[in-house]
Amino acid sequence: MSQARHSTARSLAAHAVLILYTVIALFPVFVVVINSFKNRRAIFADPLAVPTAESFDLVGYRTVLAQGDFVLYFQNSLIVTVASLFFVLLFGAMAAFALSEYRFRGNMLMGLYLALGIMIPIRLGTVAILQMMVASGLVNTLTALVLVYTAQGLPLAVFILSEFMRGVSDDLKNAGRIDGLSEYTIFFRLVLPLVRPAMATVAVFTMIPIWNDLWFPLILAPSEATKTITLGSQVFIGQFVTNWNAVLAALSLAILPVLVLYLIFSRQLIRGITAGAVK
Amino acid sequence: MAQRKAFRWHIAVFLAPAVLVYTAIMIVPLFGTLNLSLFNTGEEGRVFVGLRNFATLFGDPRWSASFWNALGNNAWFFLVHMLVQNPVGVALAALLSSPRLRGAAFYRTAIFIPTILSFVIVGFVWKLILSPIWGIAPGMLDAVGLKGLFAPWLGREGTALTTLALISVWQFVGIPMMLIYAALLSIPDEVIEAAEMDGVTGWSQFWKIKLPLILPSIGIISILTFVGNFNAFDLIYVTQGALAGPNFSTDILGTFLYRTFFGFQLQIGDPHMGATIATAMFGIILLGVSFYLFAIQRRLRRYQF
Repeated sequence: MSQARHSTARSLAAHAVLILYTVIALFPVFVVVINSFKNRRAIFADPLAVPTAESFDLVGYRTVLAQGDFVLYFQNSLIVTVASLFFVLLFGAMAAFALSEYRFRGNMLMGLYLALGIMIPIRLGTVAILQMMVASGLVNTLTALVLVYTAQGLPLAVFILSEFMRGVSDDLKNAGRIDGLSEYTIFFRLVLPLVRPAMATVAVFTMIPIWNDLWFPLILAPSEATKTITLGSQVFIGQFVTNWNAVLAALSLAILPVLVLYLIFSRQLIRGITAGAVK
Repeated sequence: MAQRKAFRWHIAVFLAPAVLVYTAIMIVPLFGTLNLSLFNTGEEGRVFVGLRNFATLFGDPRWSASFWNALGNNAWFFLVHMLVQNPVGVALAALLSSPRLRGAAFYRTAIFIPTILSFVIVGFVWKLILSPIWGIAPGMLDAVGLKGLFAPWLGREGTALTTLALISVWQFVGIPMMLIYAALLSIPDEVIEAAEMDGVTGWSQFWKIKLPLILPSIGIISILTFVGNFNAFDLIYVTQGALAGPNFSTDILGTFLYRTFFGFQLQIGDPHMGATIATAMFGIILLGVSFYLFAIQRRLRRYQF
């Protein structure tokens, strides 16, 4: 009996600490979102109150949608993220398959070469990347961003995916070979579907830094037509810094899409991590 | 197997796209940058100057003062992460992995949310909350009777850097939490049961059994933190601008590189000195990573179950 009471007390303490930290984690986001729906006076009079019928006001959202070209920025971010993600997953899975499936001379060396990029950040090459993009006329295009993010995402993708592909049964692949399937069919039809959870993990780890990146959009594609949502909101907030309604609304609009994507993928993410991908 | 096998084209086809993109966009520019640091703009275009840019960076008092300031700030930024982010992450993971905890999935999801937000959001949200104009932070301190403690932390030279480091910790604590959580879950039940049989439970179980088993994961987290911190830029740029105010007290290597390369306000951009700083950063990161690989990782004992 005393054992049970003891463990109840401990689990209560655990809950208390976790709830406290959850509040710390969510509080700033909560404050910004509730205040984005209030009028200017209510924002300052009582920042912690939820909007009431009296203080409810969408003026911030109206300013944002009238001023900034947020639909375009959002579209740019979406194109860049989805295209980079597609190439990282496809090229990464192909290379990971080659490294984990076949024995050939230089296999180890190639693996190490590709893993180098996990430790050395691509940003250090920015000076030369910019010169290269200027020379090839790709500055201020989304292509430049897709190329950079593909290169940035590949090392980790190859690393995680090859760990997973080592776990795919050889018998299955050999059965395919006996049935006369080509190596390409084996890869696309047999192996890829089996490593789908690992692909989801890689997708989340690749997607978040790309969507949130400020450095490369600022340097490679700062033009109005190619601004991403991260850069767009940074510039917008910089200009409207005294218009609190607009700033709060812009922040809320920037939070929402990532939050929705995260909640969709979070199950996959946990499963992928706990399956032992990144350890 | 006397006959030599035909060249297996499919291996090349599988490897080619990744290797080409990676080499062209990552490796070549990296070496291009290292190479660029050996040149400077002379009277007739670009001239080879050997290591003279480095002599300027470390020898010229104006440059070297900025460089050491940025490096020192960066080291403090990293230290705060190691002392706050990683222990808090480990503690949260340990709590989350306690058996039969209800709502673990909810806590995990919620605590990870700041990590998915961009620096732009995080920077501005905290700037607003800490702002003396809006008064959320002073109001809350007032409610617990600590109003005297409030100061415009982001605006003071003495506290700005630490405040930014703590904001960054708030944002990224989810990463160590998730990785340690995964490592804790992978400890086999038999090990824990054996410990319980021997009467090792609770705190001592964590310190004596679990912690040694997750040390390799803590090592990886430390090195990821190191690389991430010495490469940081966005948070400082968003909250304090490229000048990393007040009075350069929050200047780290990333903002120093940005300012030098692109120029800012009164300063003209200088690609060669920018490349020199990038090379110095490359050296620092390489040094840190090799130190970890050769001095620390070898001593970590790994257990196989």
